[in-house]
Amino acid sequence: MTPYLPLIWALLIAVAVFAYVVLDGFDLGVGILFPAVHGHDERNVMVNAVAPVWDGNETWLVMGGGGLFAVFPLAYAILLAALYMPLTIMLLALVFRGVAFEMRFRARHDREQRRWDRSFVGGSYVATFCQGVALGAFIQGIKVSGRGYGGGWWDWLTPFSLMTGVALVVGYALLGACWLIWKTEGELQSRFRHLAARLAWATLAFIAAVSLAMIVISPAFRERWLTLPTAAGAAVVPIVLAGLAWLFFSALRRGRELVPFLCALGFFLLAYIGLGVSLWPMMVPPSITIQAAASPPASQAFLLWGASALIPLVLIYTGYVYWLFRGKVQLGVGYH
Amino acid sequence: MAGLHLPSALDLARSQFAFVVVWHFLYPAFTIGLASFLAVLEACWLVTKKAVFLDTFQYWLRIFAVVFAMGVVSGVVMSYQFGTNWSVFSDKVGPVIGPFLGYEVLSAFFLEAGFLGVMLFGLKRVGPKLHFMATCLVAVGTLVSTFWIIAANSWMQTPAGFVITADGRFFPTSWMKALFNPSFPYRYMHTVVAAYLTTALVVGGVGAFHLLKDKSNPRARLMFSMALWMAAILGPVQIGLGDLHGVNSFHYQPQKVAAMEGQFETERGARSLIFGWPDAKAGVTRFAVGIPKLASLYLTHDPNSVVKGLKAYPRDTWPTNIPLVFFAFRTMVGLGVLIVVLGWTSLFLRWRGRLYDSRLFQRFAVAMGPAGFIAVTAGWITTEAGRQPFTVYGLLRTADSVGPVAAPGVAASLLAFVVVYTVVFGSGMAFTVHLFGQTPGPHDPGPPIDQPTRAAGTTAAPAIAALPERPGDGDASSALDTQA
Repeated sequence: MTPYLPLIWALLIAVAVFAYVVLDGFDLGVGILFPAVHGHDERNVMVNAVAPVWDGNETWLVMGGGGLFAVFPLAYAILLAALYMPLTIMLLALVFRGVAFEMRFRARHDREQRRWDRSFVGGSYVATFCQGVALGAFIQGIKVSGRGYGGGWWDWLTPFSLMTGVALVVGYALLGACWLIWKTEGELQSRFRHLAARLAWATLAFIAAVSLAMIVISPAFRERWLTLPTAAGAAVVPIVLAGLAWLFFSALRRGRELVPFLCALGFFLLAYIGLGVSLWPMMVPPSITIQAAASPPASQAFLLWGASALIPLVLIYTGYVYWLFRGKVQLGVGYH
Repeated sequence: MAGLHLPSALDLARSQFAFVVVWHFLYPAFTIGLASFLAVLEACWLVTKKAVFLDTFQYWLRIFAVVFAMGVVSGVVMSYQFGTNWSVFSDKVGPVIGPFLGYEVLSAFFLEAGFLGVMLFGLKRVGPKLHFMATCLVAVGTLVSTFWIIAANSWMQTPAGFVITADGRFFPTSWMKALFNPSFPYRYMHTVVAAYLTTALVVGGVGAFHLLKDKSNPRARLMFSMALWMAAILGPVQIGLGDLHGVNSFHYQPQKVAAMEGQFETERGARSLIFGWPDAKAGVTRFAVGIPKLASLYLTHDPNSVVKGLKAYPRDTWPTNIPLVFFAFRTMVGLGVLIVVLGWTSLFLRWRGRLYDSRLFQRFAVAMGPAGFIAVTAGWITTEAGRQPFTVYGLLRTADSVGPVAAPGVAASLLAFVVVYTVVFGSGMAFTVHLFGQTPGPHDPGPPIDQPTRAAGTTAAPAIAALPERPGDGDASSALDTQA
């Protein structure tokens, strides 16, 4: 059991991070799409489409951070020191956004509401962009010396990390648009259909661009994706992605409401798996492996006992809450 | 005092942690108690079917939503604070306290976040019974969360159940010992009761404010009365718990207690200081005014026992800011005594049948509204500043816990935290105070976003506003059915 513990935990942390990306992704996406919609009622519908669940979605971020601290403390220590600035800015942006969620509904006059709306939009953009930048910096690799971060303050800032920052903004906007297609109807919904189509093209273009850039900038990634057996996967992924894209656009044309969202999740999943294969078996690329970053087996086992009972429970009641708030959000119904 | 000293990265990192954690804890200090209060109000409504309970519930639920959101976002920041500035600490103690935080997320945060949505938006959707369950789960979540985070904090104060490896890391050997470390039971009880009292003072203060405007308002009377029962009962309990906690600290962290007492010399029949100015450099407390033998009495329960002063311990194990520990402790204790005065005066007035009439007492209750926040903050400053110069008491120095960060970077992020927190939480708090000022009326609609989503076929019927029943309206759930 013991040698498998770090692998089990790496998988669980990866799942938690993916859950965060797609769940908070769609509600951050709603914030990103805010500037495209101006009506007072329409904006309320957009916020109401995520209001009961955003808090739970963001908890996966705490799970990622807290989980890393518990089972891969070395990775937590190095990554947070290395990504200090983008992560701090991201957290501050989430502060703006989280408080705006509650406050915009309670604004006493229009000007105040516009101010909270700006903080909602700004928070969503900045938080997403910083997550993308942090991801890019992580992929490019973290300088390590001894058991700590060995690089400088600005190492995270590269053309590649800026590109992944923009890519994530586009990707979350796509998730948000697809979520809103599912949760709205009528004219508002058709507006998100148009937006989703354009955002999907942009997302696919960014997936291609980031993949190519990874192969260009790193010999390690080049070797992984151009030699067997992973090279076979490298050939399959674009085909699957193309299939998904075809499904997405045809579902969008035929007026399907849930399928586009599921396809968008598929885009993210494929990109995520591709990333996982690229980085395997590193916890902190390019030098700290999953095994090296792991906390002692006693710590990993202790938390795994609880996690194996609690994670299914969390999934059950989170699912129940989503089911409870199923269906369309109607114009003018929410806030009076 | 010659020369200008720029703060070091260590000082700035400490300031940053202190700043974000003090801001953060203001919210749980209030929501832990408020969640339980809401559960009690809803239970009373379900049992008695009296509208006054539902109206009061909705009034406080609206406030809970705003405060809880601020607690969540400031808490997300906390989960990353250990890593950014304190990465060496994280690497070394993560194996022991990391799993506690992991359990906190899994057993409490998801529970609170999941059912908060139901609690805020779901009364009509799920019916009163399931809704009550959601309220209870959120309340339980806050207490479970406190359990884990206090376990982690207490372990840093009184570490147990671990070994130190050759490279200076802490590895667990006994989870029971680590979790139920020597100071944990006292700290947990003391913290939970402090949170309940903080809530009671806010609720009582808001109730008193509205009674001063209209002493017949039944909702204001209800919250005022319930809050003062709480203060009357828990005030003395808290002083007893504080005493037990102090005795525990005296045993495990005698330097901290000596700093709290401002006591440098070892004394037989040690006095307790009411005022003084501890001068660490000179090793003496100036302008001391004290009561003989009292410190010996409450620390050892023997007025003539010997209590060691700071000078009995190596200079490099003294808390780094002794006046801070000294005055924070006095602030906490002074407010604690005032809370007991408030609670017991209310008992006297209740007995004389004048609880809702005494305007002087109501003004006192309004003035005491924020006292819990101040006392809780002062208490945390006492215990945390008293833990210095260590992060893990006696074993890992704060100076050896800080990560490889440079002063300008930490200063910039500290400045960003100060600006953002002041703007965002400042306006959030101003708004909360505005909500306190709104008169608790009948048919309170609760949080303004009712029914964010609807199943097809459900009409856009009136909100929960129409829900509160008059006595005799029959079963609550059947009233709901007629609404839909």
